[in-house]
Amino acid sequence: MSDAARDMGQKVAPSELAAGHDPHGAPYEPVFVGGRRAELDELLTHYPTKMAALLPALWMVQEDRGWVSADAMVEVAGVLGLTPAYVRGVVTFYTMYHQHPVGKYFVQVCTTSPCNVCGAEDVVRALLERTGCGELGVTSPDGRFTVIEVECLGACGFATPVMINEEFIESVTPQRVPDILSRLK
Amino acid sequence: MGYPQKIHPRETPVLSKHFGDAEALTLQGWRARGGYTALEQALGMEPAAITNVVKESGLRGRGGAGFPTGMKWSFMKPGDGKPHYLCCNADESEPGTFKDREIMRWTPHAVVEGCAIAAYAIAAETTYIYIRGEFTEPLREMTRAVKEAYGAGILGPNAMGSGKRIDVHVHKGAGAYICGEETALMNSLEGRRGNPRIKPPFPAVAGLFSQPTTINNVETLAAVPQILTNGAQWYKGLCLGSPKSTGTKLYSVCGNVRYPGNYEVTMGFSFKEFLYDLCGGPPEGRTFKAIIPGGSSVPIMTAEEAESAVMDYEGFVAAGSMLGSGGVICFDDQQNMVKQIARLARFYAHESCAQCTQCREGTAWTTKILERIRDGGGTPEDLDTLLDLAEQMTGKTICVLSDSCATPVVSGIQKFRREFEALIPPSRSRVSTAALANAVA
Repeated sequence: MSDAARDMGQKVAPSELAAGHDPHGAPYEPVFVGGRRAELDELLTHYPTKMAALLPALWMVQEDRGWVSADAMVEVAGVLGLTPAYVRGVVTFYTMYHQHPVGKYFVQVCTTSPCNVCGAEDVVRALLERTGCGELGVTSPDGRFTVIEVECLGACGFATPVMINEEFIESVTPQRVPDILSRLK
Repeated sequence: MGYPQKIHPRETPVLSKHFGDAEALTLQGWRARGGYTALEQALGMEPAAITNVVKESGLRGRGGAGFPTGMKWSFMKPGDGKPHYLCCNADESEPGTFKDREIMRWTPHAVVEGCAIAAYAIAAETTYIYIRGEFTEPLREMTRAVKEAYGAGILGPNAMGSGKRIDVHVHKGAGAYICGEETALMNSLEGRRGNPRIKPPFPAVAGLFSQPTTINNVETLAAVPQILTNGAQWYKGLCLGSPKSTGTKLYSVCGNVRYPGNYEVTMGFSFKEFLYDLCGGPPEGRTFKAIIPGGSSVPIMTAEEAESAVMDYEGFVAAGSMLGSGGVICFDDQQNMVKQIARLARFYAHESCAQCTQCREGTAWTTKILERIRDGGGTPEDLDTLLDLAEQMTGKTICVLSDSCATPVVSGIQKFRREFEALIPPSRSRVSTAALANAVA
């Protein structure tokens, strides 16, 4: 995403972005040990270069930790023979890697035109209200939710699609929002 | 089929035959439905013979560019001593398009089989299926299907006992529309930022890891097994109009329409009949105002233009648009075209990889102007500025995302100019100081 685009929308907690470290100050525990290391080693056999395993490795980090910290970027760089700066360059390109902690439930709502004409913005409003977030990109006071708008999720005929972490929910309407949220603890 | 509705009698379900059929998901269920007989047949043929069948069939890329598939495969030179690669482009992100996700989550084995046949035809021992990160269900189903195929010896070092190696790996994307562009996809697979590359060199010469590579769309590859089984003549016969557009196309219908969903029809279908007969027309009490026939990157059509169009590559071009990805986005008379075009511009601005100045700055600038017009702060010069920007953004960049942003702007102003002008108060025109001085004197 270009800086111009970033200015237009996505909010990021500045202090966390700058530090890139665990806000609670705990020492960094490596991800690629034991089972995860074995998994990565197997994955590396699928590609002729170590660099090609970068996106999959970053996914493993996010699956385990919920976000990709600067320390994690350093670890991944070391494991794949890349520089931390290079890894950061890749992480910042892709919208799905979180560069700071997010709510327990990361809610993404598509508002691109096909869903927009089907009331996607109403779904966003309903979600912001019911989760207590109030604002896009801001984690709710209880730490459970972060709601953002995203671009086309590729489910236009099932407007409005909403992703909550890895769960992909189709045909969401403002009326369905309370029910959907009540299932999340 | 207008899934989850029933298959409409006027559809031709080739790819969508088993949508909604949970038993077709497993290897066993797929085999019971004739699956993998095409691959078995292919492995007994010469690779060049397979490419010829696909060439004869007239199959064209279904991702949006419509390039003849057989011709693309023939660019891969055999016996050059280099590792060849096949990439299945499952990064479906073109607004209005949602057909590949259905193909993958209902018939994953069709994709695996299509990839295997293509890989064998182009001498690619390794295939990567690049699936966008948001496609949770397709990722799960494709990963499971690949695993099943390996388990049954269909994939691996000795595919179906042929002595040929066919390896297929699912690769998960991480949120970037631009990674659907073939060279950006390759960069992303290599572990880089998803920046497109300048062509030439073309992928068949130097693609993934600088080796000869072919990139095909999910829908294109899913059609291959049946083309092999039923023959090229059969596929050519599935066309009502121009002989240059053969077979069926899975159209994703969405927006303000009564029955959204994926519909599979033969090439050459009447767009008017499609929209009203199959898709149910506009919602109750509304009329169609605008239709985008092939995903947001193709020109917007007025309802009148759409109603006289023929649904194939040549037909849509003749009607002033393009078939593109086949993502049919419907806008009814209640919609604010300025707001929607501004929203599309915002999409492109967000997705720009930011390599090229015209795109990086142009998409963001276009969006700001459109949103300003939308919110009542437009000036009469804005429309000229937008058109000028659009020209600077067309044909002058490494890839066509820039052109894709310009397209809805140009076609929107062309066909819905009055909506733009209605939002621009005449008194807000910028006047030069010289003119002001003259006026006062």
